[in-house]
Amino acid sequence: MKPPLFEYRRVQSIAQATEWLHEQGDEARILAGGQSLVILLNMRLAQPGVLLDISGCAELDYVREQDGFVRVGASTTQARLQAWSGLDARLPLLAEAIPFISHYQIRNRGTVAGSIAHADPSAELALCLATLDGQVVLRSRKATRVLQAGDFQQGLLTTAKRSDELITEVRFPVAQPGCGYAFDEFSLRRGDFAIVACAAQASEDGIRIGVGGVADKPVVARWPRMGDDALRQHLNDLAWQLQAQDDQHATAAYRRQLVRQLGLKVIQAAQRRGNTQKD
Amino acid sequence: MQELRNQKHRISLILNGRARVGHAESRMLLSDFIRHELGATGTHVGCEHGVCGACTIQIDGVATRSCLCLAMQADGREVLTVEGLASEEGAMNTLQKAFQKHHALQCGFCTAGILMSCMDFLGRVSAPTEEEVRDMLSGHLCRCTGYTPIVQAVLDAAEQLKNENTETSDA
Repeated sequence: MKPPLFEYRRVQSIAQATEWLHEQGDEARILAGGQSLVILLNMRLAQPGVLLDISGCAELDYVREQDGFVRVGASTTQARLQAWSGLDARLPLLAEAIPFISHYQIRNRGTVAGSIAHADPSAELALCLATLDGQVVLRSRKATRVLQAGDFQQGLLTTAKRSDELITEVRFPVAQPGCGYAFDEFSLRRGDFAIVACAAQASEDGIRIGVGGVADKPVVARWPRMGDDALRQHLNDLAWQLQAQDDQHATAAYRRQLVRQLGLKVIQAAQRRGNTQKD
Repeated sequence: MQELRNQKHRISLILNGRARVGHAESRMLLSDFIRHELGATGTHVGCEHGVCGACTIQIDGVATRSCLCLAMQADGREVLTVEGLASEEGAMNTLQKAFQKHHALQCGFCTAGILMSCMDFLGRVSAPTEEEVRDMLSGHLCRCTGYTPIVQAVLDAAEQLKNENTETSDA
């Protein structure tokens, strides 16, 4: 399996990328870490005319905290975010989730924004972004749009990004005092795609539970704080709402059961951590 | 347009400490470039979608899949492959010797990639736990050994490297 023919251009700046995207339209694809896109090329599931490589674009390689968000530039690798000194304190959900992303050899090159752009329904980063209600910054030649994760994520490998737009940055909201966070997933082997992944945020005000790997995109439910019996009932309802399908990895019933089990586990863990912080 | 896609580009990089130049179409994978254009066939190619780990090399010291990287992306970079591990005279390095001692390979297909991951890993984690070693090895498929001898070899090499480093700094 080898990639089809395409033209390759190395991007030096955001302005250059948006200019080329404007000029090439649907023919162009952004290449960042390539840990999803090169697979699609090798399998010939993607056949772009032009690849615009942003992996060496210094302007897009950063992790910084500003205005209540941790902002991650589009060419920043997952390994770099994982090694960021503020991760445990500022983004505890990601600190727990990132080790589940494939393998370290992949995280060394795979980018944070690239995974979110690829929009695999079982991807950990997309699930975290949705659960935290983060943002995606899109730049075209003439305009900048900032979309909430829920508006950006549209379905299987589908997002609201237009063909002339570049994702320049993704923004994860910084952890709130009194809030607890937890992430867990189940896969057949270490590093495989999640059969079900769950992320939770819990505080005095309520619960947010995100589920990946079941529907065609991450699904987030927002509930008030409640007792365990009510929680089990809500999780059961959520498990059925996700319309799980049978496939070669797991049956729909198995996925529903994982949503009930993992969902309860992460919500309880998030609540415990939120309480500990308060004490 | 078609001409731009077919066009071969000049790629120069440092392979195992030596400056090398080759030519490749935009679509050529780094794994194929190293093997077919530069003739360094120590790097093996398995699945070509990043799962098996056989093609793992280092780019600027970082372990990565050469099948998920375009040759063009390695232009101007330092690439290290399994051929670069032994000394000029052919003496194996500490990790390679540990693999030999613990019978950590059988057919050897996966070994080149595993060694390149381990070298990066041991450079970052000087006293790894078995759990950490197994997590790192999850990015590699070996169908011969059952992994246990590989884990033992990596832990042994980590111990030796730690001692070697201590001796150097005490000297």
